[in-house]
Amino acid sequence: MADGAREVLITGIGIVSCLGEGPDAHWQKLSEAKPSADATTFAPYVVHPLAPINFDLQIPKKGDQRQMEAWQRIGTYAAGLALDSAGVKGKTEVLSHMDMIVAAGGGERDLSVDSTILSGMPRAANPPAFLNERLMSDLRPTLFLAQLSNLLAGNISIVHGVTSSSRTFMGEESAGLDAVRIAMSRIGAGQSDIALVGGAHNGERPDLIMLYEFAGLMLKDKYAPVWERGDGKGGFALGSLGAFLVIEAREHAEARGATPLARLTSVVADRRKRVPGNVTASLEGLWDEVKDKVHQKSAAFLSGATGANPGTAEERAFLEKHGELAVRATGSYLGHGLEPQFPMNLALATVALQRGSLFPPCDSTGLEKPMTGALDQVLVTGVGHWRGEGLALVEKAG
Amino acid sequence: MASTRDKLGRPIVVVTGVGVVTSLGAGKADNWARLTGGQSGIHAITRFPTEGLKTRIAGSVDFLGEPENTAAHSERMADLAAEEAIAQSGIGRLGDFPGPLFLAVPPIEMEWRQRLEVGARSGSNDTVTYSDLLRVSDQFPAYHGRFLFGSVADHLAEKFGTRGSPISLSTACASGASAIQLGVEAIRRGDTDAALCMGTDGSVNAESVIRFSLLSALSTSNDNPQKAARPFSKNRDGFVMAEGAGALVLESYDAAKARGARILGVVEGCGEKTDAFHRTRSSPDGKPIITCIRNALEDAGLTPDDIDYVNAHGTSTPENDKMEYLGCSTVFGERIAKLPISSNKSMIGHTLSAAGAIEAVFTVLTLQEQRMPPTINYDLPDPAIPLDVVPNTARDATLKHAISNSFGFGGQNVSLVMGVEPA
Repeated sequence: MADGAREVLITGIGIVSCLGEGPDAHWQKLSEAKPSADATTFAPYVVHPLAPINFDLQIPKKGDQRQMEAWQRIGTYAAGLALDSAGVKGKTEVLSHMDMIVAAGGGERDLSVDSTILSGMPRAANPPAFLNERLMSDLRPTLFLAQLSNLLAGNISIVHGVTSSSRTFMGEESAGLDAVRIAMSRIGAGQSDIALVGGAHNGERPDLIMLYEFAGLMLKDKYAPVWERGDGKGGFALGSLGAFLVIEAREHAEARGATPLARLTSVVADRRKRVPGNVTASLEGLWDEVKDKVHQKSAAFLSGATGANPGTAEERAFLEKHGELAVRATGSYLGHGLEPQFPMNLALATVALQRGSLFPPCDSTGLEKPMTGALDQVLVTGVGHWRGEGLALVEKAG
Repeated sequence: MASTRDKLGRPIVVVTGVGVVTSLGAGKADNWARLTGGQSGIHAITRFPTEGLKTRIAGSVDFLGEPENTAAHSERMADLAAEEAIAQSGIGRLGDFPGPLFLAVPPIEMEWRQRLEVGARSGSNDTVTYSDLLRVSDQFPAYHGRFLFGSVADHLAEKFGTRGSPISLSTACASGASAIQLGVEAIRRGDTDAALCMGTDGSVNAESVIRFSLLSALSTSNDNPQKAARPFSKNRDGFVMAEGAGALVLESYDAAKARGARILGVVEGCGEKTDAFHRTRSSPDGKPIITCIRNALEDAGLTPDDIDYVNAHGTSTPENDKMEYLGCSTVFGERIAKLPISSNKSMIGHTLSAAGAIEAVFTVLTLQEQRMPPTINYDLPDPAIPLDVVPNTARDATLKHAISNSFGFGGQNVSLVMGVEPA
């Protein structure tokens, strides 16, 4: 954040995952320290399926729901929760000047159409003509809109009326980091007063599992907490999750009488070529940008470690160097959600700061240690499974 | 040294390098000659068999060889455009660009060639499902890196040595303009003195053509491809999918002057306004488009009367051109009858994610050359939208300020105001 930049507050959070929806459900499950995952539905791949959600509560029109695929429904739902939490749902005068940056993937496939083509094309008399014919007649016209990356933002505009700017960042984990970083910079510099920022991910998709399994990155056979996935057992379990934050300038929040949930002090990001040691070095570089603001006694790390190596092992090396601060990895509970993972962890940092404490460790390797004192700062890490490193400092609202 | 500021007290953002690839060719010299010569780059698709398709034409970029896939093709074109823009600007050193990358890129996805290849490897003789694909996926490690959404930007960041985390973005058909806007904002904030802002799109493949076709968005004038894109004409029947890339090196005016760079133009203002009416259609009252254009003018500190030329979004769909007319006629009032507004898409087709960047490059050239490219194929004017579209032949004019519009699915509207170097 540049000198003289405006203070940025988190005034709304909307979260859904395998743990349920909303701050209380998440906090309760994290406090129980009993992570669970599904190792059978997509066996041998482990996933963290979305908890049951009544989408009608945030997407009242069935017609709107039908126009979306799962990832868009999850995101539109979480965005609605965030707007409710910030007290701006339905307030046109705020929503019409609310900026939006969505971190999105997309491309959700129609599995049965794909299977029909994969099965029939090798035997077809004229394979390219077969492909054209099947796509022309079997693809639902609206599927394209459910695949397009920017149509999560489009659906949020339609369903919730967020209508100032709408931008969609792609690029896996970095998209989530950069969405928050840039939305925050704009507010700090006075280019924006209030923003909705976040993303959504549907981890229950064989087409996505395939993309990561090309590189052998999926956790297989048996669930384990992220730090316990070393020695050839590495990998991530995809998670279905949606996470949105409402962030705004302090003066804007005060003028509308909003309650600050936390203060977003810094978001920094980098991209280093992945050669051995570079993730650790990148995180050290980011740490140097925020370390002067960190209170050693009341701060903790909330890690976005995926469980896939070498990223997670290198992040661990960084965290061990700063071993005086407690560490928790949310991926052990939520799985890995790529684009929304970082916004989700900012939201969970906010929840922890509001409770004033950290949830218990979930790690038999000894990296996660109990924290007994009060919590007033959380450092959120985000290390992309293939690229991109980020660090944020979230502080207790004062 | 006191810094040079715009009317609103912000650093002035200038363009010091541009690069472009379209179906008309690679590089701005060829493109400009053909664009102002009124040549069309639209042709029959030969990249894949088009049997059974309603639309069999495109402005695909075929002179770079047969593309492996959309991701690789988009990357190759972006690479060429960036090289040209950076070379012209003379900024930094080879592989060491002193600022961030903002890249408008189509959503990256695996395609049928790969899916079928994995399916064949699975050895399934009967029904092939994703379970079969998953059984052999780990035999294709290169497909992971290739089909990540961030892969194109990552490779460009590596090659050109841009700083920090590269941004891959999509605002559908407004993406290229959004990339420029993000760069302008970063420079105005003082985060950086320079930014590489680009758009690229190489998605003429069977499934992408069919997707747009199923939404009834594409022209079906297959028999006369060069006449298919007819923006603002009464008989316009849809857009023509096309490919290309545009790149702009943006710098703060002070940084550009300090290093003695030649200033090609100024990005004076950016405006946007999201439309919540419908996923693919504009609000019938045109308010979001009107507000978008007005926001851009306000951001530039200009009034409608200051604008000398409009580089239209002008897709040649019945809906877009009507709504763009409504927006422009509301903002510019009676002046719209004599305010030149032309559509590059009449010649290069709709380059989708790249369009906003390519058309911004052409707007810079329009201001530099003081010459407006035409709207070709304007043989049957639509009386409902009376405009000076610079019909069929390029025209010289005195131009100080121009506006470039980009509108996209998902309620995306972005307008950029560009001007000549301040005296």
